[in-house]
Amino acid sequence: MSLLVPDTGLLFWMLLSFGIVFVVLAKYGFPAIIKMVEGRKTYIDKSLNAAKKANEQLSELSAKSQTIVAEANKEQGRILKVAMQERDKIIARASEQAEIAAQKELDEVKEKIKLEKEEAIRDIRRQVANLSVEIAEKIIRKKLKESDDQMEMIDRMLDEVLSKDKN
Amino acid sequence: MKKFRNIVLLLLFAFGVVGLMPVMAQGDGTVQKDVSSAKSAKNPVDVKGIIFGHIGDSYEWHITKIGNTTLSIPLPIIVYSSTTGWHSFLSSRLKENGGIYEGFSLAPAGSKYEDKLVEHNASGQEVRPFDISITKITLAIFINSFLLLVIILGVARWYKKRPQDAVAPKGFVGFMEMVIMMIEDDVIKSCVGPKYKKFSPYLLTVFFFILICNLMALIPFFPGGVSVTGNIAITMFLALCTFVLVNVFGTKSYWKGIFWPDVPLWLKVVPIMPVIEFFGIFTKPFALMIRLFANMISGHMAMLVLTSLIFITASFGAAMNSAMTVASVFFNIFMNALEILIAIIQAYVFTMLSAVFIGLAQTNEEPKKIEK
Repeated sequence: MSLLVPDTGLLFWMLLSFGIVFVVLAKYGFPAIIKMVEGRKTYIDKSLNAAKKANEQLSELSAKSQTIVAEANKEQGRILKVAMQERDKIIARASEQAEIAAQKELDEVKEKIKLEKEEAIRDIRRQVANLSVEIAEKIIRKKLKESDDQMEMIDRMLDEVLSKDKN
Repeated sequence: MKKFRNIVLLLLFAFGVVGLMPVMAQGDGTVQKDVSSAKSAKNPVDVKGIIFGHIGDSYEWHITKIGNTTLSIPLPIIVYSSTTGWHSFLSSRLKENGGIYEGFSLAPAGSKYEDKLVEHNASGQEVRPFDISITKITLAIFINSFLLLVIILGVARWYKKRPQDAVAPKGFVGFMEMVIMMIEDDVIKSCVGPKYKKFSPYLLTVFFFILICNLMALIPFFPGGVSVTGNIAITMFLALCTFVLVNVFGTKSYWKGIFWPDVPLWLKVVPIMPVIEFFGIFTKPFALMIRLFANMISGHMAMLVLTSLIFITASFGAAMNSAMTVASVFFNIFMNALEILIAIIQAYVFTMLSAVFIGLAQTNEEPKKIEK
């Protein structure tokens, strides 16, 4: 059966053409394609890894920023509180000082008033004494005419007063 | 549903018209009778001639016959005769010179070298010269090889033009990439094992070569239509390539597995297993060769027989002929779809089995010993 007998001519041409096809494709065809596809595969893997890493970094960064913001908020609160306290303190101190100053002035004024009062009292007393002396003189002048006894008594009384003033 | 019924009716009508045509053309039957060989004088259609004419090789590429004129491409004949040296002429010279040219003629039917070019030695015996003519199948191999080169190099060019981080291709290049990577990853890498890189160009070439030959053979007119893989020389060559690769690159443990396999001693001393294993070396590529050849040739035969059915039944009357035409066309559509499937499957199977055989010869590990 001729179907089952391989023909030499065909074998020869098959060897030639298949050989050429194989050599050309093995050199310029398949390796280029496969290399490219595998390169792409590794590239995709690499990119995926890089994206994953970037994502991780991003989430880390955002967490960090969140903590920073939270810390800043806390700090702000603290500073505000301190400032408020400080303010209160300053106000309190200022009012205290004002009070003290006012008190001092008041005291001074009081003292002056007191002194002036005393002066006035003394003045009044002096005048009263003078008046009473004058009155007494007048009375005594009248009476002295009547008796020398009365004169004597007035002297004694004057002495008494004077001694009292001296004290 | 209504649409479907309409389509069926339309198809039936169309086939009815086609079915009537051979009946109308029956007048030409006499012409066919004259042309066909004397053997089938009773039957106007020489089915065997048609089938083997399509499947077999020839020195011209017969395209079609219009009326009485045959349209065919004459192909160059290149022969080396041991007595007269090299000869090279177009095959049409034979017919022009009454069937004999420079002492060469086609062997008549019934001869040992039927339809092959022969010369006659001094004693009048037929002698076959060394024949490397560009026959129909050779030309088909050239066309298919050229197509394969254009396709694969075209695809490769796409990659060479682009940087490594280019976007994945779309369209035809993407499709080819998918097929190539499917063969590379699923067949070659998994069957051959860690050293697959060395064999992958060969296996990929084999896959695409067989695939393109199978698919081209399904095109019924000129650039295709020749069942290259349905020729035993082609499948033998491919199987031989695999055979050489398997045994040249076979490891030490592969050869040990053949001549001193891991079986009870008495099976080795009386060399039953080594003999069986040794025959296995040859049966594997032989199976490869026959599988591809038989699969491709049987599909083509079935399709040709189904087509011939129309012309055989032409003499049985219009009703019979129309019915058979409808059946023939339906079955041919079915066969064509099946053949496309087989074209892909056989290329895949050949590549996969080659990869498996190569992979089996690549084992480096010692066969596991059963602990006692």
